[in-house]
This record gives sequence, C-alpha cells and structure tokens, in this order.
Amino acid sequence: MSSAPHWIEPHPHGIFVRPANAWIDPSRPVSRALITHGHADHARGGHDAVWATPETLAIINLRYGRYPGEKAVDYGTTLDLNGVKVSFHPAGHVLGSAQIRMEYQGETVVVTGDFKRRPDPSCAPFELVPCDIFITEATFGLPVFRHPPTSEEIGKLLAMREAHPEGCVLVGAYALGKAQRVITELRALGYDEPIYLHGALEKMCALYADHGVAMGPLLPVAGADKADLKGTIVLAPPSALADRWSRRLPDPVTSMASGWMRVRARAQQRGVELPLIISDHADWDELTTTIREVAPKQVWVTHGREEALLRWCELHQIKARALALVGREDEDEG
Amino acid sequence: MRAFAALVTQLGYTRSRNAKVALIADYLRAAPDPDRGWALAALTGEADFAGVKSSSVRTMAMERVDPELFRLSRDFVGDTAETVALIWPETVPPANDLRLADAVDSFAGVSRARAPTLLAEYMDRLDSDGRYALIKLATGAMRVGISARLAKTAFAQAFGLDVDAVEEVWHALSPPYASLFAWGEGGARPDPEGTPYFRPFMLAHPLEDGTVDLADYAAEWKWDGIRIQIVRVGDHVRLFSRGGDDITAAFPDIAGHMPVEGVFDGELLVRGDAQMGEAASFNALQQRLGRKTVSAKMLAEAPAFVRLYDLLIDGSEDLRLQPWHLRRARLEQRIGALPADRFDLSQIIMAQDFDELGRIRDGARDAAIEGVMLKRRDSLYVPGRRVGLWYKWKRDPLSVDCVMMYAQRGSGKRSSFYSDYTFGCWTEDGELVPVGKAYSGFSDTELKWLDKFVRQNTVNRFGPVREVEKSLVLEVAFDSIHESKRHKSGIAMRFPRISRLRRDKPAAEADTVQTLRALIT
Repeated sequence: MSSAPHWIEPHPHGIFVRPANAWIDPSRPVSRALITHGHADHARGGHDAVWATPETLAIINLRYGRYPGEKAVDYGTTLDLNGVKVSFHPAGHVLGSAQIRMEYQGETVVVTGDFKRRPDPSCAPFELVPCDIFITEATFGLPVFRHPPTSEEIGKLLAMREAHPEGCVLVGAYALGKAQRVITELRALGYDEPIYLHGALEKMCALYADHGVAMGPLLPVAGADKADLKGTIVLAPPSALADRWSRRLPDPVTSMASGWMRVRARAQQRGVELPLIISDHADWDELTTTIREVAPKQVWVTHGREEALLRWCELHQIKARALALVGREDEDEG
Repeated sequence: MRAFAALVTQLGYTRSRNAKVALIADYLRAAPDPDRGWALAALTGEADFAGVKSSSVRTMAMERVDPELFRLSRDFVGDTAETVALIWPETVPPANDLRLADAVDSFAGVSRARAPTLLAEYMDRLDSDGRYALIKLATGAMRVGISARLAKTAFAQAFGLDVDAVEEVWHALSPPYASLFAWGEGGARPDPEGTPYFRPFMLAHPLEDGTVDLADYAAEWKWDGIRIQIVRVGDHVRLFSRGGDDITAAFPDIAGHMPVEGVFDGELLVRGDAQMGEAASFNALQQRLGRKTVSAKMLAEAPAFVRLYDLLIDGSEDLRLQPWHLRRARLEQRIGALPADRFDLSQIIMAQDFDELGRIRDGARDAAIEGVMLKRRDSLYVPGRRVGLWYKWKRDPLSVDCVMMYAQRGSGKRSSFYSDYTFGCWTEDGELVPVGKAYSGFSDTELKWLDKFVRQNTVNRFGPVREVEKSLVLEVAFDSIHESKRHKSGIAMRFPRISRLRRDKPAAEADTVQTLRALIT
C-alpha cells in the first residue's frame, strides 16, 4: 500500500468515503450512509441521510422503521456526492442488494456488500462491474466451500417430503432472503402446494410478493391443525428449529438451508437431519472466479474467511489486503 | 461406492436408533456381494488396512492442495477426512464409478509407500460424499455412531433373522461374510463348529414387587462387574462381552489361563482390597475396559478374575437344554481344574425363606455387590430375557437431595426440551459443586415442568448449556458412589436418575458433599 491515505478508508465500524463524507454499511449511527442491503449487519438504524435501492429501503422500513433522510437510488443511476460518482449495481444476494461503485479522480472502487453469482429467482442477478479496487466479502472464503447446484438441494427437499407423508419437513431459513429464495426455487421446480410459514417470515414474504416476486400460495402455521400440516413443507427462522414452537408440528424432519450445511459438524450441532446447501453468498469458486473476471489492481477483503482468500491472491500474484470490520456475519445467515 | 457413500452420509444425520437400523437394513438388502459384506465389516469396525494410515491421507492432500489453504480449511472443518473430501479439486465431474469391493481389494494389498497415490486415484473418481466414505473406510474410523451390535441387528432385520442367531455365527466368519449373506437369502446357516464362537447370554428380569419361593429358585449375589463368556475350543480361547464384542485382547490374564474346553458364563471383576469376595468396585474395573491392549503395569495393579455363574458347554457337550441345577453341579465339578487365582465360583446364598434373603441382601455393603440374582432351579439356558426364569433383585438405591445447576437439551424427540441436568451439593464453605448428571427418572409431565423451569430461571448461557438459578432441589437416586479423580467433587455416582422433584424443599437444605462421601463403598 502507498503511505498516502487513500480516499476510501476502512474502519472497524465501516468503510468511510472521505471526499463524499459518507459511510458504507456503518455499524454505528452516522450523518451520511450508503447501504448495500437490508441484513441487520449492514443496515443499522440511526443514520440521518441514507442512500439505498428502493427495495432495500422498503425492507429497512419493514424491519427497523423509516430513516428520515432516505433517498432511493435505482440500479444503474449515477449520483454525485461531492465529486464522487456513486452508482448501485445488482449483487444477487437478496432483493434490492447492491454493489456500490464509486469513481473519484479517475479511480474506480467497487464494494460488493454480500453477493453471489448463481441465479436466484427472488432477486436481480449479479452484475460484473470492472474496477481498480475490488472490496469483497469472503463469508465462504475457504476452498472447502463449494455450493452444489441449487436444483439438486431443492430436489432433496422435495424427495424428503414425498417420503414422509405422515410428518412434515421443517426448513430453517433466514427471514430475509433465504426463506424467499427457498420458496421461489421450489416454485421453479413446479412445486405449487401451499407452503407453511412461521409468523416471523410472513411480512417479509409479503414484501417480496409486493415487489413482483411470485411466491405461490403461502399459509401461516399459526391456526393450522396438526393434521393439515402432514405432508407439507414448513419454513421457520433457524432459531425456531429446536424451540418449543416446533412442538406444534407433526413429526417434523429438521432441515436447514445454509451454506454452512456443507460441513457435517455444523449440521449435526444443530440437530439437522436434512442439510440443504443453499447459500446467498458466493462460494470459493465464485469468489475466485469473480476476482479473476473483475481483474482489479487490488483486492480488499471485508469479512469472512479472509486469510484463505488473501493466500489465494498471493498464490495468483494479486495484490490484496484484509479490512477488519466488526459486527459482520450472522451465524444463521449464509 | 455410491450406495455406501449415501448410507454413511445419511447415518451421520440420523439420530434415532430404529431409523439407523432401517437405513443399514435397506442397504444390506439392496447392495450386491461382496460390497455389502465389506460395508458391514466397515460398520462393525472389522475392516482394517495396514498399508493405509491417516498420514497417507494427509500426504495425498498436500500433493493436490496448497498446504496453507489445507491447514486453514482443516482448522475450520475439524476433521481431516471431511476436509479432504470437500477440498479435493474436481477438474471434471467425477464418474463416481468406483466399486467398494475393488477399492477394498486394492487397499488390502497396497504398501504404505503407494497408498497416497492409490487414494488420490480414487478421489478423482468420486464425488464428495464418496470421497468422505472411502477415506473413513480406508483408515478404519467410520464414527457414524453405531455399535457392532446395531449393525448385526440391522443385518438380522434385513433378512428376517433372529439377531441372537446371527451373533452365534458372527465370530466364526470373516469379511466379506459371503456365507452369512447366503444364509440371509435362504441358504444354509453357516456352521461355526470348531471355532470359539459366541453364544447369546441368558438375561434376567427385574423383580419388581413380587416374591418367589426359594424351593423353586436359587439365590446368588449379583456382582457388579461385566458379564463375560469364556469360550475355549482346542487351543483357541475367546472372551466375549454381553453384546458379543470380542474383548480377549484386553484381558490376557484371563484368556491365557483357561485350561478347560467349553463355554463358561461369569462376571469379570478385578481384585480389590480386603472386601468380601475380594472384588473391587466397578470403578476399578473400568480402568481396564475399552483398551485394545493392556500394559504390564495395569495387569499388576488391577488383576482380573472371573466369578463363574454357569457352564453352557462342557467339552463339546451342550448343557444349555439341561436344567440350571444340573449345569450348576457340572460347574462345581469343573472348578477344581481351573486356576484358583483367576476363576472362582459364585456362591449360592443360603436363606430359610424370602424374608431372610431380603435381610441378607440389605445387610450386604460390599461395593462389588449390586443385589441378588434369583434363578429357577429347573431353568434351561435360553437367550434373552424370559419371564419367570431369572430375576435380578437389586439393592434399594441410595438417594440424596441435590440442587439443579445446569441444563442441556436432549436429542431426538427431546431436542426441544431441556432434559439433561447437572446437579450439585454443598461444600463446607457453602459452595455448590457439581456431583453428577442425570437425564431420566422423571415423567413426561415432570419433563415439561422442568423444561419450563429451566427456561424461566436461566441466568447464563454457555453454548448449548444453560446455567439456572440454584433454587430447585432434585432427589437423585443412584446405585452406588465411588471416588473419582475426573470430577471436581472427587466422587462419581453410578446410574444416577431423578427420583423426585422436591419443589417444597429450599435449596439451602440440600445435602452436602460430605454426606455423599459417607456413602462411598
């Protein structure tokens, strides 16, 4: 690194864009914030002015209330913040998720937020944005993480439901993104039965539907008879899997949709009987392919298994550094 | 390999015993010979390849993967075989066409030097579940949470056979068990004659509240060791535990000193101090269990001996269909030919009537005595538990009042309930120290109440463990209590269970560690 301070400054609680006087995904209240997507570790409350995609703002409004100074920015629209050209580009992570591209004095920087490359029927696909400095996540930044084809995993879920007509399959899925992804992937394979939801998932699914994502028939578990739930697929947040809530279900097979399910012990610790490796983050191959395709001058790694990704960059003679950001990564996410 | 890999993967995610048995049975029915025989050997821990070591696996991985990336991955995954299975680079989609039996044949003949290359060739042909299963098979460490007995049960279930009949022939056979599968599919039962094979044990029912007439039943002490069967055929001696596991290697001090051909049933004990019958507590015996080999020091410090109960086969004469009193008479004739420091006879307790027997039982304070056995004098030696033949009449359990300290969720149907409790007693300094852990003894209604108590009184969380407010007194029953260096309190209970919830009792009035120490036998 050069010794002169760069116009992009990594701090433990966020990335500061000095000439724009704005923070990206800050974990403490600031006056000006650019938000990549609606997950809690990226979108905190208490900021004054906030720039984000309309979908991300809708999600934030639903979860944490309204920012008084919110400014919706569509994908591809360029803003000028004190001479920094800022634009949002699809990250393929969840509905509304964006990479943030910034251009200042001839240098281009892209912050990916969280991203994935494989198709997801519940959000816009990742867009490859060329840049000089590529600031990437590394949640699954170890070569052991290779997510299998999504249709294979959804196939396992459908086969289990088929084989278990007297019970139900209870799928733990993060409330924002993963739950809607599982639903739309099921629909994509032609499953059109009602899918039952834990109360904590209902509003977010409705928000997705309002934004034109076809969810098919959804019903609440609350109020349903145990007998009605036989032979069904039930979605709940991961925290509900081993909770008293699950006692109302008929002989549930415990499943969980997460990239972490690639590791046996992770599934076993949670008592998961049907692990589904479905992730909203790039796996190792996607991370390394993306770095090759973007072909930046430098790679900065925000959070995750950064050590291994730095090692890979070293082996491929790509200049890279780790930024130690705090408060990232929710165990249930991924 | 595909079907075996799927089995290993599914077993890893299955918690219920019955579901595991069903998975294995389905596999054994569907898979061809000799693959299924090798799979069965792997599951029962009888597949062992001298040429393949865990170092072979590591060496192989380092040739394909950057060592630093491998190390970081291994640290995260926590298991070398799984790390290799997941990290292995797939340049083209693997054909997944390796046959289990072919892999086994190659492993059996491979040298240590060539093992990494051979393994790597196989890795290239398999998908990640296949790679995982093959590495586990090759290194002889399946760890899928099933015992040899469970695998045999699954085999019996797959082919509609009796598991005890399977046990009988098991030790006479070797992988890949071609004659066993032939029998399963309607062929002749393999003949174990001429080999020292296992005979299923006859077991006892607990004597609940009834009494028996001592004119019909003989009484013996119930010794607190491990039930053992000693088989000698020709020069071959084998020792089997109750589950049919071969434990010969752990007890050369017994196996090397059985001069008489036949099959004996007895209790394996270790010499104790000047206690009645000179048997030490179960605790002392535990030091010698679970060892593949045994050191000279262990042999000297905890010498084993067998207290004989029964004689099933005398020479080659099968006595099992003779009444107990005739078998007993034959055993008493044979005992003289056995070395007295390794074998003695379990004595018959003389009592006028049942009441007197009760008084004798209650008076026995020996650590190695669990209670009394009652055997019908005319009982034949039949496998398993048959009503009315043999009874075990355990000593009344001891009990103390303890305070609940920590709780953890159970597994299976109990996975949403806090059903495993750590409890403690008071020290002289007024500190509560853990003295044991129990997860049984309560009713379903009590479990619901306990679960609610834990949730409402949590003061701390350590991963899956909840620390609770020290306010609930549990009456804990147990069979005996022993010194233990492994526990902070210095004591360990045998078979602790929750006998009552003492919601009426203030925690301060629970028992002290000192009270518990006074019960040590």
